[in-house]
Amino acid sequence: MKGLTYIKNVNTLQLDSEKCNGCAVCSVVCPHAVFIMKEGKSFVQHKDLCMECGACVMNCPTQAVTVKSGVGCAAGVISGWIRGTEPVCDCGPGGCC
Amino acid sequence: MKQHYIIGQIETPAGIVGQVSTVWTNKDLFSTLKVRWSIGRMDYTVMPGLYAVGNPDKESDVYVSCNFKLSFDHLRRALHGMNGWILVLDTKGINVWCAAGKGTFGTKELAYRIKEHQLEKVVTHKRVIVPQLGATGVSAYKIKEETGCKVVYGPVKACDIPGFVANGYKTLPEMRKIDFTLLERTKLIPVELFYAKYYLIIVPAIFLILAGLHTKGFSVDLSWSNGGRAVINLCIAYLSGCVITPILLPLIPFKRFSLKGVVTGWLMAALLLYFNFLSTNIVEIIAWFLLIGGISSFMAMNFTGASTYTSLSGVQKEMKVFLPLQIGCVALGSMGWIFSRFI
Repeated sequence: MKGLTYIKNVNTLQLDSEKCNGCAVCSVVCPHAVFIMKEGKSFVQHKDLCMECGACVMNCPTQAVTVKSGVGCAAGVISGWIRGTEPVCDCGPGGCC
Repeated sequence: MKQHYIIGQIETPAGIVGQVSTVWTNKDLFSTLKVRWSIGRMDYTVMPGLYAVGNPDKESDVYVSCNFKLSFDHLRRALHGMNGWILVLDTKGINVWCAAGKGTFGTKELAYRIKEHQLEKVVTHKRVIVPQLGATGVSAYKIKEETGCKVVYGPVKACDIPGFVANGYKTLPEMRKIDFTLLERTKLIPVELFYAKYYLIIVPAIFLILAGLHTKGFSVDLSWSNGGRAVINLCIAYLSGCVITPILLPLIPFKRFSLKGVVTGWLMAALLLYFNFLSTNIVEIIAWFLLIGGISSFMAMNFTGASTYTSLSGVQKEMKVFLPLQIGCVALGSMGWIFSRFI
């Protein structure tokens, strides 16, 4: 991802290493290699690369990871504001997100 | 109706399953091009269910996919020369990653399809291969609890499947990373182009009409000469945000997409000024910088939705600052431009 990194210190990713059972599924599903496995536990190595997709949270069997996930899409945020809901992805298939 | 990509039938204990071709025909290629340009995008679907690739048996792998035909096409093409099963989920014609974000490519639907199509009768291994980007909607441990099936996450891109299989059903680090190459960004531009829909006609029309105004009334000649110029400037502002910014994305300074849009917008405005396209009137020049900067910034900000690395928290953070600024710039710019008709 040379040159393509987003705003720093903004995402909501948190990992509670106490709860981690070392299954490493977070490092398998993360599309931005945010996690690293060290001595049988997962650690957040590149926090600023997280795009809050929520794949790690969805698959962590011990609920050690948390993130406020959602669509990182300006059009979706605007639709959410208009409808008074969370950001929604309502563009067609393919193209978006 | 028989689809052209179904080339045969395979009998299984759970019934007859359609066998799909792993080669794209001209028809597939043509419809791919069409769908990239947003034509017929909404009904570009595959019937959910089980399909066969090659001559699979009880030991063959099961690959899970969505029912957006473009995604399904990439999967069947990637499985060329292999034997396997494809389990298509009903994602309402939406690609895996988007559908996973919405939850339609999700635990519930996958569990339902595994049971509905009696996977336990078709294969003995109790294992499904799910594209990694589907993990946003699928919970592997819950699928295991509900169906007894083990979810193995495959690569991000279907074309890495042969490598993934050769590597003992483990993804290599580079197969897990999503990038955002020039080619990928370019493929997404056509969809962005149509973002504004009918405003693409209304806004230029308004500028054409207003351009005819002057201190003594309305002139059709002025409307064409000044209005034509205005429409070109507007088009360039729009293209600057949704074509030039995406293409040059990594080269433009700043992390925020809205700021990147301002940079390209003002660069274009400066070029237009250099070639005497903006105006000789200082009020109109400033008005154009505001308009072009604002429009380009807004369109660039929208590209966060197509990008593969922007977080919701980040997008909200930049929008809180930049959306009011963009609206302000466009409003002020429009007023300035109208004002400049009368001086």
